[in-house]
Amino acid sequence: MRKLLWLLALPWPGLASAAAVDFAQQIRPILAKNCLACHGNDDKSRKGGLRLDLRDGAFADHDGTRAVVPGKRGDSEAWRRIIATDPDDRMPPIDTGKKLSAQEIALVGTWIEEGAPWEDHWSFTPVKRPAVPASTWPVKNAVDNFVHAKLAREGLRPSPQADPVTLARRVSLDLTGLPATPEEAEAFARDPSDRAYEALVDRLLTTPAYGERWARVWLDLARYADSKGYEKDKPRVMWRYRDWVIDAFNRDMPYPQFTLEQIAGDLLPKAGPDQILATAFHRNTLTNDEGGTDDEEFRVAAVKDRVDTTLQTWMGLTMGCAKCHEHKYDPISQKEYYRMYAFFNQTADADLSSDEPRMPMATPEQRREQERLGQEIAGLDKQLDTVAARAAKARAQWERQWRSRWHKTSAEPSKLGPWHTVGPFPVPAGRSAMTELFGPEETPLDFKQTFTGGLRWVERDAVKDGDLAHLLEAKRGVIFLGRQIKAAGPRTLRFTVVSDGTMAVWVDGKVVAHAAKTASVTVALAAGEHRLLVKLATGEFLFKVDGEELGGEPLEVARALLSKKEKESQKKQDRVVMEHFLRDHHIEGREQVLALEAAREGKRHLEAGFPSIPIMKELAQEKRRPTFLHVRGNFLEKGEKIEPGVPAVFQPLPADAPPTRLGLARWLVDPRNPLTARVAANRWWAQLFGSGIVETEEDFGTQGAPPTHRELLDWLATTFVDDGWSLKKLAKTIVMSGTYRQSARVTPELHAKDRFNQWLARGPRFRMEAEMVRDAALAAAGLLSHKVHGPSVMPLQPEGIWSAVYSVERWVTSRGEDGYRRGLYTFIRRSSPYPSMITFDAPSREFCSLRRIRSNTPLQALVTLNDPVYIEAAQGLARRMLKEMDAPARQRIAHGFRLAVARSPSEKELQPLLELYAAREAHYRAHADEAKAMATEPIGALPDGMDAIEAAAMTAVANVILNLDEFLTKG
Amino acid sequence: MKDEICKAITRRHFCGGGLGAIAAATMMGAARASGRTDPMAPKRPPKPAKAKNVIWLHMAGAPSQLDLWDYKPKLQQLTGKPCPKEFLEGKRFAFIRGVPNMLGTMFKFGKHGQSGTELSELLPNFRKVIDDVAIIKSMSTDEFNHAPAQLYMVTGTPRFGGASVGSWATYGLGSENENLPGYVVLLSGSKTPDAGKSLWSSGYLPSIHQGVQCRTQGDPVLYASNPKGLDRAGRRQTLDALRAVNEQHLAALGDPETMTRMAQYELAYRMQASVPEVMDISREPKHVLDMYGAMPGFRTEADDADDPRTLYKGTDAAFANNCLLARRLVERGVRFVNLYDWGWDHHGISPGESIDQTLPIKAQQIDRAMTGLIQDLKQRGLFDSTLIVWASEFGRTPMQQNGPKQPFIGRDHHKEAFTVWMAGGGIKGGQTIGETDDLGYYIVKDKLHIHDLQATVLHLLGLDPWQLHYPFQGLDQRLIGPEGKATIPKRLLA
Repeated sequence: MRKLLWLLALPWPGLASAAAVDFAQQIRPILAKNCLACHGNDDKSRKGGLRLDLRDGAFADHDGTRAVVPGKRGDSEAWRRIIATDPDDRMPPIDTGKKLSAQEIALVGTWIEEGAPWEDHWSFTPVKRPAVPASTWPVKNAVDNFVHAKLAREGLRPSPQADPVTLARRVSLDLTGLPATPEEAEAFARDPSDRAYEALVDRLLTTPAYGERWARVWLDLARYADSKGYEKDKPRVMWRYRDWVIDAFNRDMPYPQFTLEQIAGDLLPKAGPDQILATAFHRNTLTNDEGGTDDEEFRVAAVKDRVDTTLQTWMGLTMGCAKCHEHKYDPISQKEYYRMYAFFNQTADADLSSDEPRMPMATPEQRREQERLGQEIAGLDKQLDTVAARAAKARAQWERQWRSRWHKTSAEPSKLGPWHTVGPFPVPAGRSAMTELFGPEETPLDFKQTFTGGLRWVERDAVKDGDLAHLLEAKRGVIFLGRQIKAAGPRTLRFTVVSDGTMAVWVDGKVVAHAAKTASVTVALAAGEHRLLVKLATGEFLFKVDGEELGGEPLEVARALLSKKEKESQKKQDRVVMEHFLRDHHIEGREQVLALEAAREGKRHLEAGFPSIPIMKELAQEKRRPTFLHVRGNFLEKGEKIEPGVPAVFQPLPADAPPTRLGLARWLVDPRNPLTARVAANRWWAQLFGSGIVETEEDFGTQGAPPTHRELLDWLATTFVDDGWSLKKLAKTIVMSGTYRQSARVTPELHAKDRFNQWLARGPRFRMEAEMVRDAALAAAGLLSHKVHGPSVMPLQPEGIWSAVYSVERWVTSRGEDGYRRGLYTFIRRSSPYPSMITFDAPSREFCSLRRIRSNTPLQALVTLNDPVYIEAAQGLARRMLKEMDAPARQRIAHGFRLAVARSPSEKELQPLLELYAAREAHYRAHADEAKAMATEPIGALPDGMDAIEAAAMTAVANVILNLDEFLTKG
Repeated sequence: MKDEICKAITRRHFCGGGLGAIAAATMMGAARASGRTDPMAPKRPPKPAKAKNVIWLHMAGAPSQLDLWDYKPKLQQLTGKPCPKEFLEGKRFAFIRGVPNMLGTMFKFGKHGQSGTELSELLPNFRKVIDDVAIIKSMSTDEFNHAPAQLYMVTGTPRFGGASVGSWATYGLGSENENLPGYVVLLSGSKTPDAGKSLWSSGYLPSIHQGVQCRTQGDPVLYASNPKGLDRAGRRQTLDALRAVNEQHLAALGDPETMTRMAQYELAYRMQASVPEVMDISREPKHVLDMYGAMPGFRTEADDADDPRTLYKGTDAAFANNCLLARRLVERGVRFVNLYDWGWDHHGISPGESIDQTLPIKAQQIDRAMTGLIQDLKQRGLFDSTLIVWASEFGRTPMQQNGPKQPFIGRDHHKEAFTVWMAGGGIKGGQTIGETDDLGYYIVKDKLHIHDLQATVLHLLGLDPWQLHYPFQGLDQRLIGPEGKATIPKRLLA
């Protein structure tokens, strides 16, 4: 303790200058880290009635003592406690494991002495446009002024501009996610003027690849995936939402509209399909299809996820802890959490396996085709009316005849009872399963009967008509399937039975099919009960009814002929009869009806293929759910009733905003919202510089990191809003800055003074994200597909990755172009994510993820060295080197190097690659089989005239090039 | 400002910051002597440790504790009688509806070992080591569906996004062998467990701490094999060229991250040799293989079936092989080995998921294997430094699962009470902890929660379960949950 006091007596070196202690930068973080758990917003855990998250709390009088007395640390209880030697007095208490450093204690003391200036948490205060500081160095735009001001303070200076080739590669990767081609880079190198740079930036911003690159960023936030999560983790069709995001970025949809449509597109006046499609954003939540789950439990979990995701994505707030208790650090109460929850608690989705509500979301091409077919059908319909008029008399006669015979018969369809099974019956050695008798085939079907070995009939719901059933027990013997058929009148029934082995089929004890794999059966049934029996020696089974007739006419026609319904349905039924008559009983009409049916079938087929996407849909007024606070976060423990609302620390809902998701969305993008523009600007900055101005992109609250350049962030945020919330302009502003264009070279001085480049005295340089690594390798190889939009694809993946329980889904490797789509389109199954992507830190999209933490691991090296995807890329690159450069190995290798990293290699870089080539060539000359494998597996046969030995040796070189630090890095 | 450690993790590349000099040393081959400072470097535990390594055996699907460990004579008498109302009111079950009947076990129990511990006839081999293990009959959880309950058991949270216990172990302690992953996962039962690969996710912890699935078919670690046409010597040539070119770039740009990456490639090269070596159990002598019932190269047609359960055989060696691998891994200093065996969900609705048909088969699959694991660790002197946990996500009901279509005997999910056992480093063997009521429904003595189990594991590794945390989403995330309600049962400890 003596030592401590001695320390305090000295002026603290860092504070020696006249610079006052900065509350926001220096004091609040100390309070947040050490004090607020007990003296914060949570009144349940608050000790001694003291709160230090608010100015009034810190300065309040508590029976004569005050925690902070401005200007007088001696009178301040807080000061007395943090320097106390008695463990009972000392703050923070020892059992919290928290401890102030001598430096922190000194800072607090100085701050009190300086009058304890208090400032509300910076990010909760309104954004104001700061004045642009002057700079002594040349600037490209105002970004640089702000950065230079800090550099000057830190005793640093800006770096020179990066060389043009490097810069072209950097900006191309950043704006489009794809490397610049050597031609693009060289063109810029010839004219590296500001004007040429701007033209390059403008061009990159208009490529479709721009939307794909930034959609990737957004999809992490949207927790986009192609499966539902949890146990079965079945596929979910969501890709049309991804299309929507790509298009929104490419059209530079203003951020407010982008927000409104995703949060509440369904509630917008005159919402069109695209607005509703956007709401799939919040249908990316997980659904649990596991048997025996409480759907309400997982619906509630999804709604909470929507609250958390919304606040994280738009406002950088972490509300997770307020689910269970008051937020300890930020001024958000548990009640306020559930007020936000109430906005989202009114949608129709309810953790159903069907993922309802869904909506067919045709692609633009599908919509056009649908329109065309609609017109064709209308035309054919009209033609048919004319024929029908001519045939009216003949039809009337036919109807009269049929009715006179059948008018007393029921036209109800036959009832097919549930399938039952019994078995497996072991087949005695040396006997045939089909001819051996086991019991069920000898007696009339009776589901109560038991057989040798105690085998009983069991009802099998899982066997559904029209679906292939896998009856695994049949692998151990013979099994029987049986069901009852109840015919309401005399019938002709047609059905098909399919198996993967031989089988036998009986109807009422009469064999109707035997020793066949497929049987199409037609049986005449009298009114009453009938029995169907199938004997199966293998496990695959499918049954479907093909048709049912009464009096020689299809049942639906018979029903129409017999029905006496009211007008509307009569018209429909009349149409059914008319078309049937013209097709089956009238020569002139037949062709016409067949053409119409074909067109209709075409349209039906088209529409059935429309991707059906889960969407947000508000419950009808009478079905709205009351919202209650969940005590300790437990949805079964209901607290007080809650109405929708926003946290009091922020601006209120806009005056005319409804208390719905739409109102909430408008509140998010209200210019008075202090966080939305800041968070967006920070996110875009972080993507381009590798780290945000607020490093904790996910937390702008009091626990988050303070901004390194607060004025710069506010300037970017206001510029963003003034530019009509244009994200393209935001990106352009950042990449046009001199700061962005700097060389990334790390001098020993820079390394010593600013290892993490937080003051930005050099340009950004960091390892590319998972998708970019893949895209860049495929691009260098000339394999990359530039197709935009569409369903997810399944590129090469090792065997056995997908083995989720209760699931028969298979990874079916995409063929042709689809094997080489951008990483963005790779199918994401949450429980089995694509292995190379997660190795490179891509999230598995189970929840909203704001920041990918970059790791650097040996498993990553194994991916880019050995993953067949990257071997194929190396083979592709090697073939380009051989084909596009008809020259000695030296030039070929230099060409490959340029294709990968845009610049030409130095002599010293070329030498090791040449030596490798020579060594491998010699080796492959002696080992032709190895050469063939290295040159062709998995990419396929060599093009005519290409030498396998050269191709194999060059593949080894290309494999090295695609693993260069420079290749894997955006620098 | 945040402290340096936090910064090194969050700012920039997470292995990157400041590793330059050391990474370079590693690369130049001067490596080990000076020690590693990467996140997987072995760290001294903050508190005295009783165990260095953990082998965690998880039976996914939840075996019936009432048919393996927890014998209830009273329940035998009640078999077939309706379940008393007080056990049903206000309860949520996964599948049981209405009033089910009670179900005593159909298997014989006996007392074994000096401790006289009760054990089902389904585990005849396990008698031999019964005095080495502590049986806990009073474990409980809050979740009753597989995926959430499995996540809860190993990550401390029933939702996705948490860090698994193995990740916490390497986050706190690193790993001894830098040529092998620090946290290895092995699967059997022909399926991935219900919650999928999220069970060994590092969640909010840096991704280097995620479990690495070592596979017994195909590449033992994904992408460890060089492409066809490039042997190990050829790979060395390519890596030499890669290093030479990277050195040029490093000289030009001076980014320490480049050095780190170069070191990672060298480490990858060593892993390519060390992983196949450790995964090759054919190198084990026959008497060791027999101890576990292991069979090198074992494959079963169940692996390719959509539903493998009806194809299970008692002699399937997949789990036994994994137990043997677990020993080989901890022997080489791997910190945490996690085995998942799927196929224990015995509701009685099909022959592949029943107590009468499937449980005896599954019990046979694990009986000799887990016995052999304990015996083998003992004979090698590894038992005292290796903590073994045998657990599942919950237990099964004392009632027979009812329903119109129940051709087989089964039980529903039960979160109130189930059995786990622990053995090895720091555990006092030869004892039974906890008791359930006469029906085996509720715990009546020494109730433990899965957070207590998690706390005990960390404690035995020398980590403080309350202090070991990671800041994420405004909370100090911990394995034992944000409330930190956990106790370490003193009786359990040696």
